Amino acid sequence: MPGQSLFQRIAGQIGLYGAIACYVVFALLPIYWTIKISVTPQDLLYSEGIRLWPSRMTLDNYASVLKASDFPRYFLNSIIVSVTTAIIVTAVASFAGYALSRFKFRGKALVSLVLLLTQTFPLVMVIPPIYRIMGQLGLTDNLYGLIIIYTAFNIAFATFLMQSFLDGVPKDLEEAAMIDGCTRLDALRRVILPLTLPGMGATVAFVFTAAWSELLFGLMLINSESQKTFSVGLLTFVGKFAVDWGQMMAASVLALIPVCLFFLFLQRYLVTGLTAGAVKG
Amino acid sequence: MTAIAEDIGLLQRQADRRRFIEPWLYLSPALILIFTVLIVPLIIGISYSFRKFSAFHSEYVGLDQYRAMLGDKVLHGALINTAWWTVASLVLQFFLGLGLALLLNRPFHGRRLVQGLVFLPWAVPIFLTGLTWAWLFNPVIGPLPHIFHAIGLQAEPVTILADPQTAMWGPIIANVWFGIPFFAITLLAARKAIPSELYEAAAIDGASPWQQFTKVTLPFLAPTIAITVMLRTVWIATFADLIYVMTAGGPAGSTNTIATYIYVSAFKSLDKGYASAIAVLLLVLLIGYALIVIQIRRALLRDV
Amino acid sequence: MASVSLRNVHKKFGPVTVLESIDLEIADGEFVVLVGPSGCGKSTLLRSIAGLESINGGEIRIGDRQINHVAPKDRDIAMVFQSYALYPHMDVRQNMAFSLNLRKSPAELIAERVTAASAKLGLGSLLERLPKQLSGGQRQRVAMGRAIVRNPKVFLFDEPLSNLDAKLRSTMRTEIKALHQSLKTTAIYVTHDQVEAMTMANRIVVMHDGIIQQVGPPLELYDRPINIFVAGFIGSPTMNFFDAVSAGKSARLGDGSALALPASAAVKAGQEIVIGIRPEHLHFSREGLPGTVVVVEPLGMSTQVTLDAAGERVTLMALERPKLAPGEAKYLSAKPEDIHVFDRASGLRLN
Repeated sequence: MPGQSLFQRIAGQIGLYGAIACYVVFALLPIYWTIKISVTPQDLLYSEGIRLWPSRMTLDNYASVLKASDFPRYFLNSIIVSVTTAIIVTAVASFAGYALSRFKFRGKALVSLVLLLTQTFPLVMVIPPIYRIMGQLGLTDNLYGLIIIYTAFNIAFATFLMQSFLDGVPKDLEEAAMIDGCTRLDALRRVILPLTLPGMGATVAFVFTAAWSELLFGLMLINSESQKTFSVGLLTFVGKFAVDWGQMMAASVLALIPVCLFFLFLQRYLVTGLTAGAVKG
Repeated sequence: MTAIAEDIGLLQRQADRRRFIEPWLYLSPALILIFTVLIVPLIIGISYSFRKFSAFHSEYVGLDQYRAMLGDKVLHGALINTAWWTVASLVLQFFLGLGLALLLNRPFHGRRLVQGLVFLPWAVPIFLTGLTWAWLFNPVIGPLPHIFHAIGLQAEPVTILADPQTAMWGPIIANVWFGIPFFAITLLAARKAIPSELYEAAAIDGASPWQQFTKVTLPFLAPTIAITVMLRTVWIATFADLIYVMTAGGPAGSTNTIATYIYVSAFKSLDKGYASAIAVLLLVLLIGYALIVIQIRRALLRDV
Repeated sequence: MASVSLRNVHKKFGPVTVLESIDLEIADGEFVVLVGPSGCGKSTLLRSIAGLESINGGEIRIGDRQINHVAPKDRDIAMVFQSYALYPHMDVRQNMAFSLNLRKSPAELIAERVTAASAKLGLGSLLERLPKQLSGGQRQRVAMGRAIVRNPKVFLFDEPLSNLDAKLRSTMRTEIKALHQSLKTTAIYVTHDQVEAMTMANRIVVMHDGIIQQVGPPLELYDRPINIFVAGFIGSPTMNFFDAVSAGKSARLGDGSALALPASAAVKAGQEIVIGIRPEHLHFSREGLPGTVVVVEPLGMSTQVTLDAAGERVTLMALERPKLAPGEAKYLSAKPEDIHVFDRASGLRLN
């Protein structure tokens, strides 16, 4: 920028990169540390506890987690629950978001308000009744119950996201399609939704992440080992083997992988998609 | 002639009815799900708060549970902790997130990579966040106690989670780590939506960078700030997972918030009635808070 | 190809009436232009004919068929949008073939129609391109190609040229008119630009505040506008208006000067009227309306002179190049048969 001295410019750059470095280090420290411990051999764990990197690396922890424990089972359960939830939520939210984006109707403001308020629901608030109802319906201790609950809890935010993305698609595209011979539903399917694919991807990633991370309902509703999700499994693992840090860290790293990959790839679309929607209103 | 006119009238009315129902058809799956899984249990939950539960049956006790709440010292402690927990987490997250958003708005080498990396904490499952930070604070395998000792913050390297005075900071820091990306993403998106001509005009008018921030950025960001702060406050206040995993409410109840207290009451002590009463209290506080913020946002939008 | 008939069409948005008692008969093959200022209801009317908006009362027929309650896709119409509304994820060929693909038409039919349409519009080399790779004018043509392929009963145009620059606009105007002459399909065209209306229409429909002001061939609206609104809307530069009071065979203007009224004027003495004179009908004379020159704008073929006269800003179009200086005093006059007389209260034409 004209008007700044060379000194100001250099100081500004140093400040900028310095601040960014701080944020990056802060963000990565826990993850880095988890990875580090996960590849530290058992015997070096206490003596080298605080070194930046173990003197000897090992993949034994990963091996034992993958082969000798129930983790692969937990992993699979979490994948099933998270993927199913993400797909169902995105589909339902696309329709709901479309309704809020395109139509003017009496009660629209009320619906938006209700959705917003359900976002603010304390999860804990509905734990007692849901536990009882799920018990009566025979949905405890299996994955279906979890899927239903996770879906309901994520609908509101996903709808908000999809509405934002759909606002970025011009209305006359579906009008043109309707004149060309589509019903509104056809137009939505053939013309509008293909154009919101990045947005849908971002929503899927978001819901997947939320479902993957969920703990309390899983803890409450699932008891048998074969149905536990990753989060529940890891927590009970912590309780059982209080001191096998290496294995726990290895399990944690494995838990992180799908989610971080998803997110790294799709967070870009979140920003651009939200911006486009924001510009429209 | 009349018969044809009637037919057309009927078709017209059918078409009108279809037009009227259309938006609701699209909304129905979402609304049905929310109603059955959230609203019905909510109402049931509220009804629980008027009952007392024991091993095999429940009885209607009117406002007894609420009266019990008034005298519950643990609850009072939890309320204070909740306030601490919420405010400290929120303030730190927000300002650090805002700072990050503004930094990411400027061009620099490797920005795309950095953007991906600093948003990672949001992707990490909560329980993992809690566990990992608990480990980081653990002197056996974590670096932090030793760092704190080295720079003089602690007399000796111990985990801050064991001391009732400092325990709350553990979850707070973990929560801040987790929450910065939320604010950074939403504020960055909102910031990008501000047309650059406004900044150019301000610069020509003689505004300093600070003035540009306060006179252009902040007013435009205000509605987004209101909504994100409100959402996040509510999420934080009702967040039991993180604290539960790190400290389970201890030591000595110093990290017990309303949310963890409800969870523990409902689960461990089997008194769903009492848990529900506390949850109702929480709900009322939150709805009141949400409505206030919505009003503020509406007022802000009108001015922009 | 079919006629379009609108009878007593009403539409309200909440408490606001946007279309009132619209009666319009459009003959098969006609090119009708709906024109008027922003908010007059022309787009709403077009969209009601398309089925994108519903109406609260009245009848819309295409051919013999009443279509009030029929969905847009079943009305057998095609529409060209102001923003073209091309499907961004499909190339030009797919855009044009979309409607036929929906009806599962045989591949040879689709190929034949798409080739014919693209030949007519010069799109042959662009068939594989995506909309974002096309210029504004090219996108415009693809939008029209998409409409032509449909072979509809009626073409609807919603301000299709508004997003183009001036030069492209005049080229496309001619192209659309030529296209209509070759296809002979009924067309309804909405614009706020009265030049487009004048040059393209068989008949013009002037609308204001949801009400049809006048319907007729362009020159009829130009020569015999039915009220002050139409008189002031059609024609550029706009007609000059003077408040006056009639005194039998002449009228007294605000500054005291008098103008001779045409014989056909049905005015009573003392009636408050408005006199309208088109800029090309005003002449400099030795006596008449006194005025002061303000600005002289040479246009080459003609000269536009702005004067202050009778308390109004007056525009005069001269085919010669008069030597004038700002501030000069001149006299203006017009032939009585060129003068338009309107009743001041109702705005209606009196001659």
